[in-house]
Amino acid sequence: MISTLTVIDLTLARGDRVLFEGFNLNLVAGEAIALTGRNGAGKTSLLRAIAGLIRPVTGRVTFIGTDGALEAEDARGRDLHFIGHQDGLKSNRTAREELLFQVRWTGGTAASAEAACERLDLQRLLDLEVRKLSAGQRRRLALARLVASPRRLWLLDEPLAPLDAGHRAGIGQVMTEHLVTGGLILAAVHDALPIAARGVGIGA
Amino acid sequence: MIGFLTNPQRFMAFSAWAAPLLGALAAVLLGVGLWYDFAAPPDYQQGYTVHLMFIHVPAAWLSLFAYACLGVASFLGLVFRLALADAAARAAAPLGAGFTLLALATGSLWGRPMWGTWWEWDARMTSVLVLFLFYLGYMALQAAIDDEAKSARACSILALVGLINLPIVHYSVVWWNTLHQGSSVFRADGPAMPPVYLIPLLTLALAYTAAFGALWLVRIRAEVWRRRANVLALRAAG
Amino acid sequence: MTGLGTLIRRELALSWGRGGGPMLALAFYLAMATLLPLAAGPEPARLAAVAPGSAWLALAVSSLLSLERLFERDYEDGALDLLALGPAPLEAAAFAKCLAQWITTGAPLALLAPVVATALGAPLRLAPLTVAAALAGGLGFSFCGGVGAALSLGSRRGGVLIAVIVLPLFAPPVIFGAGAIEALASGLDWKTGLMLLIAYSLAFVALGPFAMAAACRNALS
Repeated sequence: MISTLTVIDLTLARGDRVLFEGFNLNLVAGEAIALTGRNGAGKTSLLRAIAGLIRPVTGRVTFIGTDGALEAEDARGRDLHFIGHQDGLKSNRTAREELLFQVRWTGGTAASAEAACERLDLQRLLDLEVRKLSAGQRRRLALARLVASPRRLWLLDEPLAPLDAGHRAGIGQVMTEHLVTGGLILAAVHDALPIAARGVGIGA
Repeated sequence: MIGFLTNPQRFMAFSAWAAPLLGALAAVLLGVGLWYDFAAPPDYQQGYTVHLMFIHVPAAWLSLFAYACLGVASFLGLVFRLALADAAARAAAPLGAGFTLLALATGSLWGRPMWGTWWEWDARMTSVLVLFLFYLGYMALQAAIDDEAKSARACSILALVGLINLPIVHYSVVWWNTLHQGSSVFRADGPAMPPVYLIPLLTLALAYTAAFGALWLVRIRAEVWRRRANVLALRAAG
Repeated sequence: MTGLGTLIRRELALSWGRGGGPMLALAFYLAMATLLPLAAGPEPARLAAVAPGSAWLALAVSSLLSLERLFERDYEDGALDLLALGPAPLEAAAFAKCLAQWITTGAPLALLAPVVATALGAPLRLAPLTVAAALAGGLGFSFCGGVGAALSLGSRRGGVLIAVIVLPLFAPPVIFGAGAIEALASGLDWKTGLMLLIAYSLAFVALGPFAMAAACRNALS
């Protein structure tokens, strides 16, 4: 169980271009960070580096549990949700099939998926093919795995961008509950998050 | 070797004099080898076409040697993430493909008077042909991926897969050959090669190797310069 | 492991539906088999001589056909990120993908192979071995082709590139499979060829996933 995320002296590059150098971050259980910065500053790359998808030029990312540092591969595979711009939903499959796969793959069950649908008001969409969903509906479907599969660290890239005010508030509620139960949220945003969050600028 | 690969400055300093030296050595050996070649009497079986063997056999050796170099460079690039090793792998492939093509072309020219066909599907020639296809696949993959770092790693993985497969391909082709014609048509490395043929063959093999080394170093240097230029252009663009 | 079971079920469903699923490969295989007599001439003696070999070659090419989208769709829509962050390592995910590919495309092609070979004039007694060789070879084709598919992620031209990368690697299984069938046809020892074919396929099943996972990680980075 991840209780602290530490990023030490991180330098990331895309190709030959250095995005940022010597970046430090400390995120503890119950805390949310809103990551801000101009386009191309490296917000998405930072999230991907924490998720282990990008190899940093220098520096390191450590996950600390209640009993000390965790093995990074293991922590990422069991206790981390990463939701990026692309939702990984297959357009020719039904929302139910895709949701069930994503939830089971990340450690949830059919029952928890059911509960998440109720929570995010998705039941009416489940029999539709994904390609028939609107951008906001697709995003809610992708976010459902946050609720259905209990993982402590959430890395979210512009999670609320396609959502309307009502659904933003709903997701805000979900985030608040996650923080109260000891979760960690790191979200790259342009607009403010609907919850109390510490702001961290990148590439200023 | 690894010391040079981890430190581009030292490599550049070393290759600045090593490349021309190897080139000069290659030229001298080539002259000596060709002189011995033309001095050699015609073979009682092959006649004058024996001269082609001196061109062909070293090219076939070099085609394999270059792939081994490609494999080693790929391994170092993949495991130790050395940019210079990536450059070396990238630089070796077209050279290897060139030697392979030379081996195939001279083999075909040699086959015409010897066997009466432009192409004989014997085990060696077929293996070399598959090796050529490996080189083509490698270069096609390299050209198809725009991001250079990603392209280098993907190519390294492919080179290692190919390296593991080459002996299997060779074995399978030999097996296939015994299945279809029973015995090999011709063995170039028969044990009883007289010195009058062995000397030009070995000299030319050394000349080829030196030429490969010189060209490889030059190409790696060009690769390093190209990358430096890219970095500078990027910096200039802000 | 429940995660991997879920993944295999998803991959089966996906590859069954991917671009027409096995129908595409089967139709391609039939079309190639139809063109062969048109190109080589319909005389039974000439056709029968090349029937097992060409049926086998067409099989190898057909099994390449549906590989293009094996990783690419997941790469493009972000599902590969999710696969990389699952309970099972990416190697296992690559294994599951290729296994599903073999079940949904390799196996139907293997069942069609003796039909094609017989239609081209191969004797019927070769049919059982043709199926066995096509099943074993198809396993190798799937895993070997998967390596090509993973390596060409992020490239500008997927399909043709995969073929150029992978077809040279198909030389041993093509030789072993066709060799075994031909050996049986002429009353020679066919077991060696089949065993070598199975060994090659299993070696790729064991080692291929590592190359695929490395290639996927490289493409994601």
